[in-house]
Amino acid sequence: MRVLVCVKRVPATGGRILLTADGSDIDVRHLGFTVSPHEECAVEEAVRIIEAGGGASTVLTLGPAAAEEQLRDAMAIGIDQAVLLETDGRDWDPVAAASAIVESIRAHEATDGPYDLILFGNESADSGGFQVGIRVARALDRPCVTGVKSLLPGDGRFIARREAAAGGWESFELPLPAVVSVKEGINLPRYPSIPGRLRAKKKEIDRSTPAWQPGGLEKIVLRLPREELTAAEVIGRGPDAGPAVVDLLVRIGVVDG
Amino acid sequence: MSGGVLAIVSFAGAAPDRGSLEALALARRLAADSGADLEAVVVADASSGRAAAALLGSSRVATAIIVQHDRLTVDHPDGWAAAIGQVVKARTPAAVVGAGTERGNDLLARVAADLGLPMAANCVVIEPGDRYRLTRQRWAGSLLEDCWLDAPIRLMTVAPNTVAVDEAIAGATPTVEVVDVVLTERDLALHVASREAPERGKVSLADAKVVIGGGRGVGSTEGFGDLEELAGLLGGAVGGSRVVTSAGWRPHADQIGQTGLRIAPDIYIACGISGAIQHIVGCKAAKHILAINSDPEAPIMSVADYAVIGDLHAIVPAISAEIRRRAAARA
Ligand SMILES: Cc1cc2nc3c(=O)[nH]c(=O)nc-3n(C[C@H](O)[C@H](O)[C@H](O)COP(=O)(O)OP(=O)(O)OC[C@H]3O[C@@H](n4cnc5c(N)ncnc54)[C@H](O)[C@@H]3O)c2cc1C
Ligand SMILES: Nc1ncnc2c1ncn2[C@@H]1O[C@H](COP(=O)(O)O)[C@@H](O)[C@H]1O
Repeated sequence: MRVLVCVKRVPATGGRILLTADGSDIDVRHLGFTVSPHEECAVEEAVRIIEAGGGASTVLTLGPAAAEEQLRDAMAIGIDQAVLLETDGRDWDPVAAASAIVESIRAHEATDGPYDLILFGNESADSGGFQVGIRVARALDRPCVTGVKSLLPGDGRFIARREAAAGGWESFELPLPAVVSVKEGINLPRYPSIPGRLRAKKKEIDRSTPAWQPGGLEKIVLRLPREELTAAEVIGRGPDAGPAVVDLLVRIGVVDG
Repeated sequence: MSGGVLAIVSFAGAAPDRGSLEALALARRLAADSGADLEAVVVADASSGRAAAALLGSSRVATAIIVQHDRLTVDHPDGWAAAIGQVVKARTPAAVVGAGTERGNDLLARVAADLGLPMAANCVVIEPGDRYRLTRQRWAGSLLEDCWLDAPIRLMTVAPNTVAVDEAIAGATPTVEVVDVVLTERDLALHVASREAPERGKVSLADAKVVIGGGRGVGSTEGFGDLEELAGLLGGAVGGSRVVTSAGWRPHADQIGQTGLRIAPDIYIACGISGAIQHIVGCKAAKHILAINSDPEAPIMSVADYAVIGDLHAIVPAISAEIRRRAAARA
């Protein structure tokens, strides 16, 4: 079994987002970087599938040279190989990102054979386009299920289960090769070990520089939503606040007076 | 060439679902702003589709399109993408607007990929023009992006809970058009093979009137005992931050935020939670937020309405004790 997993480097924003002066981007000067929790789970799922059934896993990202960090994070928990599609750091629109990823997949499959399974996050953490996985699947003419929260291997296929719109669960039988977008909760990702980190540090990364072709969606400027930031009214300190809190709950009507 | 604005409408029982009503509302505004007709394509099998289409007049739809195919059901994601793709190709609307729900985004992305068109997910503002100028959500709504959408047919979904749903108007009945679509075996191959009903039982986190949230400050799985006790007294549910689900203190189903649940209770009591933007997008729809935190400078203090400063493991049991004391005094 060969599994590919696609991740996107994003700033690890915390308590609030700061923008650059011209509003063109998030001010990342004091931020670390990460990938979406959905993608962390996709990486963990890829590692588990190969651990259970044998084969090889690859992580791929389209991003700046610094996105090597996210590839090494994935290799530190057990991904075998890494592919970096290096950009100048600008955010590629979903059409452009998907076509660069498709081209790379085609090239790698031509030499190393097909990926049985290609995993994506359900949506990227920052731009949240909800589409790169689907576009890649359609271009490669492979079935695709999104929002997947459990993936069980069967005979030449996977059972992909997701929450149904009306509650409960629905399952698809996916013949291979297939594409799956996963959501956080499908598994609980492991933490990397020190030996894992050291191994990952030494691994080769397959680098190339795709050409950017605009896909019709172009960022103009970023803005923070206008939400009233208020200062919370401090209704007490320590356990003595019990009566004040219950008075509040009575006023709101969630407890009898 | 219709040049109209086409809304994609799914149904929850007899009525359009919430996401589709939002898509209809933004599509109607766009149609008015660009002097175009509002059309709707009904995602339902043809038999229930007729009854459904008749209802769309109340949303000011001029033309309702029903797709007819004897094997297509709502359980065929690729089948619906192909069917809507054929409708779009035949009518060439100026724009297509869908729900920004999980399924709505999935469906329009499939259509976009098949037609080789760009798509903008989770829009909140649409300004028509030669190029469309959009405002859309990033980071699940913590950040907004203004962008250009430049395409012959503009495909967009509407961010949930950001546009007011139109009031229904009486009297109007849309023209109903029945369209036959041609689907291949490949279009129909992907389908829901089995379903499981939702579990019944305790108060669900998504619907609870009172939610007690726990974060890193709770400290351990056992630490949630104090929160469970208070939730029990208030008939509420317990949720948490990503820190507590990643640590395995709570299951992921309890996670509130960008990659977890969005909740809208009467009150959210956030205990030992700092207030990262990814957590706040999941709870900001609460009518009231009470933060219990030892750090008076925590970011959650600028989002919460009320705060109690101190150790949650002393404060939460004190609240439970006070509720019990008052109940006993009344009895
Ligand atoms: C793409 C992305 C998606 C994410 N999605 C989510 C999501 O869906 N949900 C989510 O929650 N997070 C999400 N996160 C993580 C988020 O950024 C924060 O890391 C997380 O919300 C922090 O959790 P916390 O508040 O429990 O922990 P911390 O930030 O560590 O805060 C702990 C708080 O507890 C207080 N405290 C400590 N001890 C006590 C005590 N004894 N009594 C009272 N207070 C105490 C501290 O003062 C502090 O304010 C996401 C991150 C990314 C990058
Ligand atoms: N630049 C990128 N590099 C690698 N994978 C990506 C990139 N952008 C998006 N993806 C993948 O596609 C998924 C969906 O992204 P999006 O369509 O932007 O919401 C993400 O969760 C990633 O798995």
